[in-house]
Amino acid sequence: MKYMLIMRATDETFAAYEHVDFEEIIEAMGRFNQEMISAGVLVAAEGLDDASEGVVVDYSSQPPVVTDGPYGETKELFTGFWIVDVASKDEAIEWAKRAPLTGPGSKLEIRRVNSVEEFPQDNEWTRKERAWREATGQL
Amino acid sequence: MAGGHGPAVRDARHVVGAVWRIESARIVGALARYTGDVALAEDVAQEALAEALVAWPRDGVPHNPAGWLTTVGRRRAIDTFRRRAALDERYAALAHQLGEGGAASGGSPASSGAASEGALLFDPDRVDDDVLALAFTACHPALSPEAQVALTLRVIGGLTSDEIARAFLVPTATVQARITRAKKTLSAARVPFEVPPPEERRERLGSVLSVVYLVFTEGSTATSGDDLIRPDLAHEALRMARVLARLAPDEPEVHGLLALLELTAARFPARTGPEGDPVLLEDQDRRRWDRAAIGRGRAALARAAGAGRGLGAYGLQAAIAECHAVAPSVDDTDWERIVVLYEALERLAPSPVVELNRAVALSMALGPAVALPVVDDLAGSERLAGSHLLPSVRGELLTRLGRTEEARSELSRAVDLCANYRERAVLERKLGDLS
Repeated sequence: MKYMLIMRATDETFAAYEHVDFEEIIEAMGRFNQEMISAGVLVAAEGLDDASEGVVVDYSSQPPVVTDGPYGETKELFTGFWIVDVASKDEAIEWAKRAPLTGPGSKLEIRRVNSVEEFPQDNEWTRKERAWREATGQL
Repeated sequence: MAGGHGPAVRDARHVVGAVWRIESARIVGALARYTGDVALAEDVAQEALAEALVAWPRDGVPHNPAGWLTTVGRRRAIDTFRRRAALDERYAALAHQLGEGGAASGGSPASSGAASEGALLFDPDRVDDDVLALAFTACHPALSPEAQVALTLRVIGGLTSDEIARAFLVPTATVQARITRAKKTLSAARVPFEVPPPEERRERLGSVLSVVYLVFTEGSTATSGDDLIRPDLAHEALRMARVLARLAPDEPEVHGLLALLELTAARFPARTGPEGDPVLLEDQDRRRWDRAAIGRGRAALARAAGAGRGLGAYGLQAAIAECHAVAPSVDDTDWERIVVLYEALERLAPSPVVELNRAVALSMALGPAVALPVVDDLAGSERLAGSHLLPSVRGELLTRLGRTEEARSELSRAVDLCANYRERAVLERKLGDLS
């Protein structure tokens, strides 16, 4: 079973790591990733750049409003994810508990990744996406 | 909450189980290095696990669960040495030596000090060697294949005797007896806890790979019972193969095995119908194959081939699986290449099953008339007597050649010999189609 561990950080989290040496952050993250690789459970992982460099498209009105951000109005920011292939949700939780660079204000959300057989296979769009995944070696 | 079954208790038990699955190899590995005795390490690790199942629901989960388990294991090991010291001088010396760390005997570890005491055993530079040595020891040639499988699943996979028994459809007592016997054998043969020296390593690695393969095979083609696939065992084998690929990255066959398992597991979603009935390769909906697993398998195979030493038996089988994985349909499969790969496999690891598979590939590449003599030779040699595989392939070829009466008797024989209920149903259907 695949689970996505989603990192959610708040201003409090960012403040806590603001003055931590980047090398140290890389090291802590690297160790954790290595541990999951060693255990044969890590399938994919990505981290996201600073939220201030991002853009939000808000559909509350038409046409949608595009702003820089997100700033302030969001309590929690999605900052990155891992996908682990484990035997149970408990195991995914156990890995999540070991994530580095956490602290007050940090959260990790754990969500099961739908597997291919949960989608209708005879749908044209599923087929097209599958062809693309196949051609590009995607998950 | 003690003794109750409220949510807190259940959660703590779940944590014990999950921590154990993740950490047991490192815990037993560290304890084996510490005591020099895998059998004892496994015993005391199990004692620690049993204590955790009582203590964590009662006192809460410790801050460093793996450290807690290792510490309790270490203390139980010292207790054991002290008990044996009365009978044997060697143990007295060992007990003294091991006790030097100032470990208090008995009781539960207090959370903080205990965890660091346990953490001391986890030498990050040694942990990989510990786990690798553990795999080599659990798969030692002095042990029977059944014992190797049971012990490996126990110490590397972290499965309980109950889980192993359920997976193999044998009584728990049988698994426990196998593990007990295995541990006695290791002690009696004085098998050292070590990664074998380079000159023995490749051959010994062969034992480790074959155990992982056996576990996977049992998971991917249930030899008996009602389910066709037991994904838990297959998943466990995959996880162990990934661990080995990282611990022994310079061994091409480790990557070959990993590739074979990934590529085979990729087909699982398509191998069973809605009722759990088996779907044959030609009828499988290839859109249901797990593309991510195929990608991982092909990457591992490229790594195995990239070593430039030629593919071994697992690598060749992975290459065959890759031919299927990249083919849009049965007809568009490169059957000629598959025949060549089977020929190479026969030279490397001759077996009647490989020969039979080559015959099937031949029939796809060049037609049933070319393949039938190969199958007839096999039948004449009686090397697959008692297996349903040969009559089912022969029945299939005869069907395609229009020799219906002979096909009928072959398929009937296959039905009689087949132990898996699901597979038998497929053969019965084929038999019915002949009328």
